[in-house]
Amino acid sequence: MKIKLTVWRQRNRNAQGAFKDYEVEASPDMSFLEMFDVLNESLISKGEEPVAFDHDCREGICGACSMVINGSPHGPRQGTTTCQLHMRSFQDGDHIVVEPWRARAFPIIKDLVVDRSSFDRIQQAGGYITVNTGAPQDANAIPIGKAEADEAFDYAACIGCGACVAACPNASAMLFTASKVAHLSLLPQGAPERRDRVRRMVTAMDGEGFGGCTNHGECSAACPKEIGQDAITLLNREFMRAGVSAK
Amino acid sequence: MELDAKIPSGPIEKKWDKHRFEMKLVNPANKRKFRILVVGSGLAGASAAATLAELGYEVDCFCFQDSPRRAHSIAAQGGINAAKNYQNDGDSVYRLFYDTVKGGDYRAREANVYRLSQVSVDIIDQCVAQGVPFAREYGGMLTNRSFGGAQVSRTFYARGQTGQQLLLGAYSALNRMIDAGKVTMHPRTEMLDVVLVDGHARGLITRNLITGEISRWAGDAVILATGGYGNVFYLSTNAKGSNVTSAFRAYKKGAGFANPCFTQIHPTCIPVSGDYQSKLTLMSESLRNDGRVWVPSNPEDARAPNEIPESERDYYLERRYPSFGNLVPRDVAARAAKKECDEGRGVGSTGLSVYLDFAAAIERDGRDQIEDRYGNLFEMYERITGESPYRQPMRIYPAVHYTMGGLWVDYNLMSNIPGLHVLGEANFSDHGANRLGASALMQGLADGYFVIPYTLGHYLATGWQGKVATDHPEFDKAEEEVKAKVEKLMGIGGRTPVDVFHRELGQIMWDHCGMARNREGLQKALQLIPELRERFWNDVAVPGDSMELNPWLEKAGRVADFLEFGEIMCHDALDREESCGGHFREEYQTDEGEALRDDENYAYGAVWEYQGPDAAPKLNKEELSFEYVKLTTRSYK
Ligand SMILES: Cc1cc2nc3c(=O)[nH]c(=O)nc-3n(C[C@H](O)[C@H](O)[C@H](O)COP(=O)(O)OP(=O)(O)OC[C@H]3O[C@@H](n4cnc5c(N)ncnc54)[C@H](O)[C@@H]3O)c2cc1C
Ligand code: FES
Repeated sequence: MKIKLTVWRQRNRNAQGAFKDYEVEASPDMSFLEMFDVLNESLISKGEEPVAFDHDCREGICGACSMVINGSPHGPRQGTTTCQLHMRSFQDGDHIVVEPWRARAFPIIKDLVVDRSSFDRIQQAGGYITVNTGAPQDANAIPIGKAEADEAFDYAACIGCGACVAACPNASAMLFTASKVAHLSLLPQGAPERRDRVRRMVTAMDGEGFGGCTNHGECSAACPKEIGQDAITLLNREFMRAGVSAK
Repeated sequence: MELDAKIPSGPIEKKWDKHRFEMKLVNPANKRKFRILVVGSGLAGASAAATLAELGYEVDCFCFQDSPRRAHSIAAQGGINAAKNYQNDGDSVYRLFYDTVKGGDYRAREANVYRLSQVSVDIIDQCVAQGVPFAREYGGMLTNRSFGGAQVSRTFYARGQTGQQLLLGAYSALNRMIDAGKVTMHPRTEMLDVVLVDGHARGLITRNLITGEISRWAGDAVILATGGYGNVFYLSTNAKGSNVTSAFRAYKKGAGFANPCFTQIHPTCIPVSGDYQSKLTLMSESLRNDGRVWVPSNPEDARAPNEIPESERDYYLERRYPSFGNLVPRDVAARAAKKECDEGRGVGSTGLSVYLDFAAAIERDGRDQIEDRYGNLFEMYERITGESPYRQPMRIYPAVHYTMGGLWVDYNLMSNIPGLHVLGEANFSDHGANRLGASALMQGLADGYFVIPYTLGHYLATGWQGKVATDHPEFDKAEEEVKAKVEKLMGIGGRTPVDVFHRELGQIMWDHCGMARNREGLQKALQLIPELRERFWNDVAVPGDSMELNPWLEKAGRVADFLEFGEIMCHDALDREESCGGHFREEYQTDEGEALRDDENYAYGAVWEYQGPDAAPKLNKEELSFEYVKLTTRSYK
């Protein structure tokens, strides 16, 4: 299949970027990133500069890949990362526009590669349970119902890719932050620090320059792990509770 | 090369306790004066960095991804073993130890494996305390599944994303220490050399992957937790960035590389679909709990799988290995699949796959139960192949997955270079010639949470030789070498993309040093690899600039190392004139086609020593002695 690509090219953080057009011969069984590999190999052979993009696991779990495809983070298929998207989701002759995540808190490093270290800093502000290695009691001493464990898992499944931010009209990191808060607050182990955690993580999030949440819901629609809006409801509840207890 | 494994004396179940008591400690006030350089933020690196920081050490941690959370451990699917015996089904520390030594085909060190089994139980406690959402029973207790090579149910799991959840647990512990100012994290930073001062590992040279800047780091000890080298085969289940570079640079500085030819080919991966294929996707071993492997009995049978009646299917694992059935260890299952395909019974358009069928399980337990257990794997399969495993069997084929070989370490996880410690998949310590499923996660976390925090202190208290600074001439030398290599790669000005060379190397390795090996093939590979390397250095195209983000330069550096390392693997495979675990030499097999081990002559760890460019590496041996596990022919019949 013949694909026409329009790709964002930007030399570095401070350079001016621009779209550039390419043509690629793809196969329906290729992944989207493999199509980029083919493009890049042909660019290299022609002595042109290939397109930089983030990727590693190529199986939808590391959260590295990050392309906005025809306006949607990770492209048209629901619950699918860019690396898991296959060309059979497109038609021969399609024109595909590819851009990086766009958000103030995710500055562009080069082409389609952005700096997501702000996400790490949010996690460092309390996205953990304080427990030293070697201190714990037997694992089965803390019974946790299957339903609660499953629910906590659903939020813990976040891969930290940033599609939620890229999809949000305000570039808010609410869903990302909420997933961690929800995961830990639903488990008994997370209870002792729940108030501090939510306060600190929200403060860190605001400090990184992410926008506020105005309930558009685009984040959940773009999330490759399909984390729902209820995470945000949970965060808000935790935040309220933390606020009340502070007084 | 001196190879003293430093195994403590005494009965095996007392060795670790005794050693912990006898090791020297660093007092709490002094710990903060020591700076530890940890390369890698996967399960092994993150758990080590966090725990050492908790103890009071100052830690610098490096990874090449943009975040420590993206280390390749994140991709592990099926589970983690531990001898908890929660199922009351006869498990014990001794049984896990026994299964692991046997599963490794008697090429691992008993004392290390025993310790691994001992600390396995603490790992689960630690992870639960961190909030890792393991699968549970309705009553709230942890549940288990079975993995290959074991007849008990001792594998803990978090759906099909166990590695992700364990790594996020370790990442959260790391974050806590970053928050506390005890760990400084350096993401998008690649280690390009280790610096030795007076023979001790005292520093690193790194490249900042965004700016291209080359930097020096001085420390009091170095820990490499940089993962496995399966990508030498180009196609593997490893993440694209996984590499041998840091281990290989240490090897060139004198560290012994042990059993490099021991690679694990995982039996259940999604088959290759075309030349553009960039990686292979694993379908977790846990699927063999419920999936049944078969091929049509008649090689000519071209019907769709669902149209082939039971009586015309060959469930060859169940037939050949009645007591373990579909749950034989990986090496056995992988070779059996290869045999079926080589003999013409493979399925799919290429004939290079076999069926993994869930129809019976769905019929027995219902679709919901199966979805609960494997939903995400089934989805992953459907996304890649466009076919639903709920409706038709999966098609699977073996693929390179894990490397048992790695840098040689003693009982303290220290290499033969004092101060250079190696953890996780990067070392060779626990899995012998074949790793059992769900044991890599266990080993990575055992090394990082529970072993290195003790043994590193002992080195600092007894072997450490005073502070060094980055203006030491050894740093000048190492930095110059690194810069020269970068410049050389940038200056070649060739026309051929790096991946072309990498694919070609992968093909050579797969053909001659893959699932089956023989003398002639290995000798041929030893001829082909240097030729390919020569072409690489004359014609590789590295676009862009070295002082910016340059993924092609990164890749070229890694492939350059693979191009040398592949040769060492072939030397190792050639030397080992026996078949054991993942190493199958066609000359050494039984009449039934099973591996034929030679304990008399090959019960050793083969440790390769660098002899300079263009010289063949030198073989050293660590003889293995088995006091507890009796060497028998592994039988899963
Ligand atoms: C698809 C898949 C599924 C698996 N499933 C299971 C399972 O179910 N159970 C099980 O027990 N095992 C499983 N394994 C194996 C297991 O995941 C790995 O062996 C284990 O996670 C390795 O952990 P590690 O910490 O040693 O290395 P990794 O997680 O690979 O981490 C390596 C780290 O080193 C860093 N690094 C590497 N080179 C450099 C360099 N030059 N400079 C700077 N940093 C560097 C990387 O950035 C990374 O942080 C699976 C493996 C794969 C591929
Ligand atoms: S590359 Fe890892 S999620 Fe896409």
